[in-house]
Amino acid sequence: MSGPVGAGGGPQPPPRPADNGPAMAPGPAPLLEIADLRVTFATEEGVARAVDGVDLVVRSGETVGLVGESGCGKSVTALAVLRLVEHPGHIAHGSRVRFEGRDLLALAERDIRAVRGNHLGLIFQEPASALNPVLTIGSQIAEVIRAHQHATRSEARWRAIEMLRAVGIPDAEKRAGHYPHQLSGGMRQRALIAIALACRPHLLIADEPTTALDVTIQAEILELLDGLQRSLGMAVLLITHNLGLVAERTRRVYVMYGGQIVEEAPTDALFAAPAHPYTRGLMAAVPRLDSPRERLAAIPGQVPPATAWPPACRFHPRCPLAFERCTTEMPPLLAAGEARKARCWLANSRTVGRADERTDAPTQAGLREPGGQGS
Amino acid sequence: MSPWRRAWSRFRGNRFALAAAVVVAALALAALAAPALAPADPLAQPDPVGLQNLPPSAEFPLGTDRFSRDVMSRLLYGARVSLGIGAVAALLAVTIGAGVGLAAGLASPLVDQALMRGVDVALALPRVFLILLVLALWEGAPAGAVVALIAATGWFQTSRVVRALALRLREAEFVQAARALGAGRGHLVLRHFLPHLAPAVVVSATLDVGNIILLESGLSYLGLGVKPPAPSWGNMILEGKDQILTAPWVALAPGLALLVTVLAFNLAGDGLRDAFDPRAAR
Repeated sequence: MSGPVGAGGGPQPPPRPADNGPAMAPGPAPLLEIADLRVTFATEEGVARAVDGVDLVVRSGETVGLVGESGCGKSVTALAVLRLVEHPGHIAHGSRVRFEGRDLLALAERDIRAVRGNHLGLIFQEPASALNPVLTIGSQIAEVIRAHQHATRSEARWRAIEMLRAVGIPDAEKRAGHYPHQLSGGMRQRALIAIALACRPHLLIADEPTTALDVTIQAEILELLDGLQRSLGMAVLLITHNLGLVAERTRRVYVMYGGQIVEEAPTDALFAAPAHPYTRGLMAAVPRLDSPRERLAAIPGQVPPATAWPPACRFHPRCPLAFERCTTEMPPLLAAGEARKARCWLANSRTVGRADERTDAPTQAGLREPGGQGS
Repeated sequence: MSPWRRAWSRFRGNRFALAAAVVVAALALAALAAPALAPADPLAQPDPVGLQNLPPSAEFPLGTDRFSRDVMSRLLYGARVSLGIGAVAALLAVTIGAGVGLAAGLASPLVDQALMRGVDVALALPRVFLILLVLALWEGAPAGAVVALIAATGWFQTSRVVRALALRLREAEFVQAARALGAGRGHLVLRHFLPHLAPAVVVSATLDVGNIILLESGLSYLGLGVKPPAPSWGNMILEGKDQILTAPWVALAPGLALLVTVLAFNLAGDGLRDAFDPRAAR
């Protein structure tokens, strides 16, 4: 009801998780807490376990990354949080999604609608198609405001214009009367952000917010999101396949593969020394400006279909380090150093050693070297 | 520019469609203003012997029929019947079709399947014979019944089109986005579905009017639609067919009117379709 809460009411972010000790259970009550989330899709090839036991926590004000290849279950996770998984999809019993202390999966339809777009915003990746082409930008923003808050038509319209100004759209009064096709891609994404933030959410889930945009516009949009996040004190769950973005913008990261979280770590620590072979493979596949030109490493093989995950460790058919145990027994998320976990039998034995061994291990795509080497 | 205005500017650029729209508008006006425009009472038989089957003249612009009635007046009043039945039945049919299609598109797959298989069966029935059967058995069926019958058997195609669109819209990202922002079902239908369905429905309705006018005229020609002495274009053609060689104007006038009307509705419908088509060249 009140304005942004729990954010510490200012630009001062909560202590970095790295100094914060174990990042899991203790600390302030998490804003969003996903526990054992499972989403299945009944397909002709069988049951696709798109999301298979995901645990994830976002605290007030923090920015968390969720990375993985296409088809790993990132977006479905986001949709499931808002209970937007559609028909052939099904959120399994036993899944839990707590947001601001309420179990979203148990809410009545009317109550979950009151959460969507209000305290919990979602930005989609295609600004071109996420806006209704036959409604003006202004009316699409005003609509959300009127759906969630008591506002007259003219109040809502006025606030919509304010919002357009806040996301840096020049000539907002005029733009409010424009249709999506009259705006550029970057403008549309700004408009979408304006819609998502119109009710000042406490958590914003941004699903590939910049993938469809030019690189220069990407940077602008991300700066904008950063600024808004600080001024509104909201938390952001940034879903992306772009490791550079994760390195720059997040404090903690979850890496997803095969519908599961395979690694979770403070961002710095993750990039210093990935604990899961999949994460390492992902990083090796990022081109770097500061190293001699050579063939990019690729992870051999393909992501298997969600209807036929490999038994035991889902990554083992593609893993260079796989041994017998990986083919017979699914590793749990094992502690892999301070505040981090990895779903790998070698999680403990390898983290430090590998990072030392591979001095060329990719770091934050051309950014500063993190100070602490070992984690 | 709003999508509707864009469509209008495209429509305006299409000469045939624009002419057709003008004709449709003129016809509608003429039908509405029939009492003012008609030179005579359409049912009056001033002199069945002396004024029978007169050729067109200043007094009788389209001549008289064999009961000495003024063909022009009957044509105008017939337009009321033909256009009225066409418009009302088309509106009804399209409303039912859009409703069923939307329901099928939004409902669970089970309901959807049930509705659509029902429509498949209905589409396999011969519409004209069905209507003929009912009207043949129901002697003295009122015009309302004819309208209802035509509407009840004329919504199947529309429902399919609307369902297909609704299924596509359901998957559309902006609908997902609206749901993610907390939109309820009613809001989704009103704000996000209807504006996107409207073009298809409008096109459907326009083309339907033409077809229904033709169908109703056929029924009247067979003596099953509008009953004489009330004029409808169909029963006017029926009455004129015996004198087609001696007094051709009696059948030709309503025949030509029918041709022009149906053509106009079809051209206007096609023009609307092109105007609304997002892929149409500018």
